[in-house]
Amino acid sequence: MGFFTDTSVCIGCKACEVACKEWNHVPEDGLSLTGMSYDNSVGLGASTWRHVAFIEQPVAPPGPLATPTGAAQPGPGGAEAMSFRWLMESDVCKHCTEAGCLDVCPTGALFRTEFNSVVVQNDICNGCGYCVPACPFGVIGRREEPDHDAAVGLAQKCTLCYDRLRDDLEPACAKACPTESIQFGELAQLRSRARDRVATLQQAGVAGARLYGADPHDGVGGTGAMFLLLDEPEVYGLPPDPQVPTRRLGRLWRQAGLAAGTMAAAAAVAFLGGGRS
Amino acid sequence: MAECHPVGFQWVMEAKARGATIIHVDPRFTRTSALADLHVPLRVGSDIAFLGGLINYVLSNGLEFREYVTAYTNAGTILREDAADTEDLDGLFSGYDADEHGYDTDTWQYEGTVAAPAGGQRDRPSKRSSKTAAKSETHGSGGPSMRGTPEVDETLQHPRCVFQVLKRHFARYTPEMVAEVCGVPPEQFTKVAEAITRNSGRERTTAFAYAVGWTHHTVGVQYIRTAAILQALLGNIGRPGGGILALRGHASIQGSTDIPTLFNILPGYIPMPHAHEHLDLASFIEADAGTKGYWGNMDAYTVSLLKAWWGDAATEANDWCFDYLPRLTGDHGTYNTVMRQLDQGGGGYFVVGENPAVGSANGGMQRRGLANLDWLVVRDLVMTETATFWLDGPEIATGELRTDDIGTEVFVFPAAAHTEKDGSFTNTQRMLQWHHQAVEPPGDARSELWFYYHLGRIIRDKLAAAGADGGSSADDLDRPVLDLTWDYPTEGPLAEPSAQAVLAEINGFGPDGSPLSAYTQLKADGSTRCGCWIYCGVYADGVNHADRRKPGQDQSWVAPEWGWAWPANRRILYNRASADPEGRPWSERKAYVWWDESQGRWTGHDVPDFAVDKRPDYQAPPDAIGPDAIAGNEPFIMQSDGKAWLWAPAGLVDGPLPAHYEPEESPLRNPLYGQQSNPARETYDRPGNRYHPSDSEPGAEVYPHVLTTYRLTEHHTAGGMSRTLPYLSELQPEPFCEVSPELAATAGLEHGGWATITTSRTAVEARVLVTERLQPLVVAGRTIHQVGLPYHWGTNGLTTGDSANDLIAISLDPNVHIQETKVATCAITAGRRPRGPALLDHVARYRVRAGIDGGDQ
Repeated sequence: MGFFTDTSVCIGCKACEVACKEWNHVPEDGLSLTGMSYDNSVGLGASTWRHVAFIEQPVAPPGPLATPTGAAQPGPGGAEAMSFRWLMESDVCKHCTEAGCLDVCPTGALFRTEFNSVVVQNDICNGCGYCVPACPFGVIGRREEPDHDAAVGLAQKCTLCYDRLRDDLEPACAKACPTESIQFGELAQLRSRARDRVATLQQAGVAGARLYGADPHDGVGGTGAMFLLLDEPEVYGLPPDPQVPTRRLGRLWRQAGLAAGTMAAAAAVAFLGGGRS
Repeated sequence: MAECHPVGFQWVMEAKARGATIIHVDPRFTRTSALADLHVPLRVGSDIAFLGGLINYVLSNGLEFREYVTAYTNAGTILREDAADTEDLDGLFSGYDADEHGYDTDTWQYEGTVAAPAGGQRDRPSKRSSKTAAKSETHGSGGPSMRGTPEVDETLQHPRCVFQVLKRHFARYTPEMVAEVCGVPPEQFTKVAEAITRNSGRERTTAFAYAVGWTHHTVGVQYIRTAAILQALLGNIGRPGGGILALRGHASIQGSTDIPTLFNILPGYIPMPHAHEHLDLASFIEADAGTKGYWGNMDAYTVSLLKAWWGDAATEANDWCFDYLPRLTGDHGTYNTVMRQLDQGGGGYFVVGENPAVGSANGGMQRRGLANLDWLVVRDLVMTETATFWLDGPEIATGELRTDDIGTEVFVFPAAAHTEKDGSFTNTQRMLQWHHQAVEPPGDARSELWFYYHLGRIIRDKLAAAGADGGSSADDLDRPVLDLTWDYPTEGPLAEPSAQAVLAEINGFGPDGSPLSAYTQLKADGSTRCGCWIYCGVYADGVNHADRRKPGQDQSWVAPEWGWAWPANRRILYNRASADPEGRPWSERKAYVWWDESQGRWTGHDVPDFAVDKRPDYQAPPDAIGPDAIAGNEPFIMQSDGKAWLWAPAGLVDGPLPAHYEPEESPLRNPLYGQQSNPARETYDRPGNRYHPSDSEPGAEVYPHVLTTYRLTEHHTAGGMSRTLPYLSELQPEPFCEVSPELAATAGLEHGGWATITTSRTAVEARVLVTERLQPLVVAGRTIHQVGLPYHWGTNGLTTGDSANDLIAISLDPNVHIQETKVATCAITAGRRPRGPALLDHVARYRVRAGIDGGDQ
């Protein structure tokens, strides 16, 4: 199970951020104005599990308005685009098929659930923080405040509302989204819906429309959260080609082993050679 | 709409997905603009010029829906010979009295009719009293009564018919003039005009949605009138997908006018009687009830209301207790009340679910008024700035007020939230939706219903006891309170009155005590009781219809079984207009209700807003009154002529047609007329509320920029419901102003830095967001900069800051006494504002430079 976030209908209301925090008791994450458009939660982290990015962008001037034909109209960024546009995108943990955080967790605190989501168990996490640099998206973090919070020092991130899923409820963010920008469901279905939506938008002249995270053969083996973007991933602060760092672990170990063997052999040769001399 | 009504905006997005074109006209590029097909930035306060331009485009290109206009509007009605338009009088209409700053509206009437003057009095009130007593609102929703049959030219050619007057009136609203007034380039204007007209007519309809960006002006009512004229010309009223949709600022604001919290109307838009003029029910009914249309039955609505309130005590012999109703003696609106607090002091004040210290215009005057009271009751969810003005208000910081000197006794009562009580919300579609209590309110928090029921109970007990002792309650003055039906059942540990019992009372009961099912059952003989005639039927058969939640996929697309919409569960008002005069749908695509000849009745997808068996060819006998006087081809059944009003012969105090006037404070001379601002607007030019010079008047350059205030999605109005919550506060944690890169360069403002915004009232500080979402506009050959300022902040809560409304002067629309908070002029400078008394000096220096100091402190 997972998310399809269609940014072409996101209105930036941040209901997802609030619903996530309400349901999961995620603490407030700082009260300072960033100046980054209307984004004051900056990015995903231990105390922000849904994050809405706001990108103010000049674009080509508009053409004539289309005749109302009953056909789908282009979204923002299309042939009817404004000379200025404001992109909004609600970001979330990708619940990777090959999850770096889970791979490196030494205690087994991170585990894969029956919904194929990746979840931290607070009572097992020892706060080592190995998972933090292992995430190619910078999603997971160690909670640092407030002092009284039980999860301070522990790794924290989106659980795909594991408790809600077990009660047959959709995640809080998807439930709260007023425009169905965040859709929850079975991944194969979401992928097909996402592909249809992209085709519709492209047909309507939204050249920049593309999918992100919908390819099961990407660097993280596909994600449980895919996105319809209207521009390059970098524009939204997303890595263009995420790679799970543990994917090459086997080869690394093999190479390290080979190197060690070679060195041992060289030493032995040197020793033996020395013996000869 | 996406900014302030994100949940409602889902339907706009759904419409867009189904092919609708979304156009957003707003000074700022907002979250709505981001999702729209076209964003049209315009100068704040210039919307009548923009909409007037669209009307002119329709009329000069012959794009009106001619059959609809001829049949259903007053386009053909002939006006009086002495009616003069703004074209004749350089921006004034006939009847203007310069001394009174108001109109005598007699000349606005139709030729050949004896229509009651504004206020519908037999003794014609003076213009002054019509304005100060808020008579404009006393007609209820149907406008004033009208007697006689007006002369009509169905060819629309008569030089004095409304259509021709309209054409002449709007002829000067050309695309070039729109560019000059609004700063909207002609090609962009044409794009909008083409889209709207192409999307109107038999096969298609266009809807307008607006909120306080249209209403909070000194000419706000006329903004809506302009849209109404345009929509009537295009045939977009009473039809699916059409209309003018008022987006309300809170849940159930619609409900609070239906069952009013306003001083000048009773439930169901029945006017509040006036002292001296309405001595008995007969004079009240005769003066205010229309003789044609459903207001003709106002006697039945009023008597049923009096019976609901005073029960068996209301008899024919005592005029149904009509004398028990309070009487108006003038404008008792909120701003006049503040002036009385300032000038006279004393008295008490209930502030319920409102935070005027932050949310109302000129916060400083609001707070100084509060400081002059004997006592103040604040009921709210949180400790608002209105409750703590005496402790930490901005006037305490500047030294203008001292806590020790303030005698106001403040009582704060915590209120229950909607999840903690039963009740209903009425939304902008007039739809009631019931909500159930989920949890008991915490601590001392109580519902409004609990508060007023028990307060009334205690007062009644005290009065009754005093009466038994031979005290004051022997006096008739207490009878209105003692005779009230005050018998609501209570339940639960807190003795909470039953909200359902209140709904049943509002719905009303018939002679046998059973719930009524329609307002057509109401009688003027005292046999029916009804707390609000337009809500009659919500509790039909003893069932709470507001509590219906049948999913959309299980019923028709009109979804009549979700909640209940007044009146009579109609989802679109005046829907007779969705069919042609013969009763056939204008098109199959837009079929909604129609005449079924075989059944001999109106039928369709919605409840027909028409007498169900009245044939389309029905002609009223000459002596018919009330609903019977409405012909079978007159859809506007609440109007006293059955027509949509392009020209308003009465009902407004500031003109029968809208005209563009500049805001009270404007950098421009009115490009359209010699008359600068709405001549009938209400102003209070006094210390603390000095108006800036406009245009080229000396001193105008001291406040060179346009200021507008607004809300953000993340916060709720005056902040009481959001600044106290960490999850909302962190999303918009500080007050900020939005300026264009050009203005930032001119004024030396740095992104992320501080700015001080100064008016004659005060100065506030805010962080600076430099953004291309605000663009300078070229207007009348000049570059105009607009400063955007969200108004949510105050001294309390998790995120605090200066209140934008402290900057705004009080100047009001004369029809509804709403304040012009959407536009003012200002100065903006880099850096933080002075603290303490230095702030007063700073503001005074600007006033002196502008020549408006007048010795103010």
